[in-house]
Amino acid sequence: MGLMQRFSTLFKAKASKTLDKYEDPRETLDYSYERTLEMLQKMRRAVADVATSRKRIELQAQQLQRSAAKLEGQATQAISQNREDLAREALTRRQAIATQLTDLQAQHDQLKAEEARMVEASRRLQAKVDSFRIRKETMKANYTAAEAQTKVNEAISGIGEEMGDVGLAMQRAEDKVAQMQARSGALDELMASGALDDASMSSDRLQAELDRGFAEPAVEAELARLKGEITGGSTTAKQLGASGEAAAEPAAETPAPAQAPVEEERR
Amino acid sequence: MIVRISGEGQFEMPDGHLEELNRLDGDLTKAVDAGDEAQFKAALETLLASVRTAGEELPADWIGPSDLVLPSPDATIHEVREVLGDEGLIPG
Repeated sequence: MGLMQRFSTLFKAKASKTLDKYEDPRETLDYSYERTLEMLQKMRRAVADVATSRKRIELQAQQLQRSAAKLEGQATQAISQNREDLAREALTRRQAIATQLTDLQAQHDQLKAEEARMVEASRRLQAKVDSFRIRKETMKANYTAAEAQTKVNEAISGIGEEMGDVGLAMQRAEDKVAQMQARSGALDELMASGALDDASMSSDRLQAELDRGFAEPAVEAELARLKGEITGGSTTAKQLGASGEAAAEPAAETPAPAQAPVEEERR
Repeated sequence: MIVRISGEGQFEMPDGHLEELNRLDGDLTKAVDAGDEAQFKAALETLLASVRTAGEELPADWIGPSDLVLPSPDATIHEVREVLGDEGLIPG
């Protein structure tokens, strides 16, 4: 037997299991209708779950993008300080983030496709539910007719088949969401541990070194100035003026009194 | 004859198209037996395309059972085997 036949037989056997039949066809119709409504509700919850997971991925991606941008800025800063080692480290981290971002994008696309498929399946099921409700009432009214039983059975297997189909789609989406949540959780942990260095934590040491890169020339300058004061040379004062400008940024951290003696000397 | 493509909907096939479907089903069965995922994807896509072009899609509010049910376009061998369950893949 071909795959098509076997797949059909087993699919239908599974689908019909979702609707245990009552002896009275009228009861079976009501029961089937209720089960279909339940399925529709479950489906809507599943769509919401997929959307939530998708949003979580989007947030993680945004966070990673911020980290990547910050690391890129740090790399530029490091190069301007001639610290190739630091630039290399920043870029390595940025590369790791880029890999994660590519993975996230792929997952995001998958979930989006899954979401679209489920929305479409919900729409089809909704149309069937509406149509089934009308048919159910008509059939209940004249189910005594000879052919009614066949029609009822047909309608019920038709609706059962649709539910089986929707159930399969839902299960697949749930599996994907579960996989994704596990990965997403792992990524959160990676970020928290600093292994993947999210901008706030990861680059602390990197930033400290870069700050030192700015601070060191300033310290050297101060040193030179003090030495100059002791030897009393006027040329050192000029040098100080130049390096004082270069060290403008970290000057906020270095104590202000450093400037005062300069003013005195200039007078 | 009514054919369902899982996750996509039901199609009404013209009489006489079954032979073509059976031929394409043969290719699909071979791919599953061989466990060849790429071959499976290609065979499934051809089979589904044949249903979509030769058949006419039934409206969403139509209620009735299908004569045949086919796996969804993105199905994997693994998923198909899962539906087939313990039956294995030995042709019966």
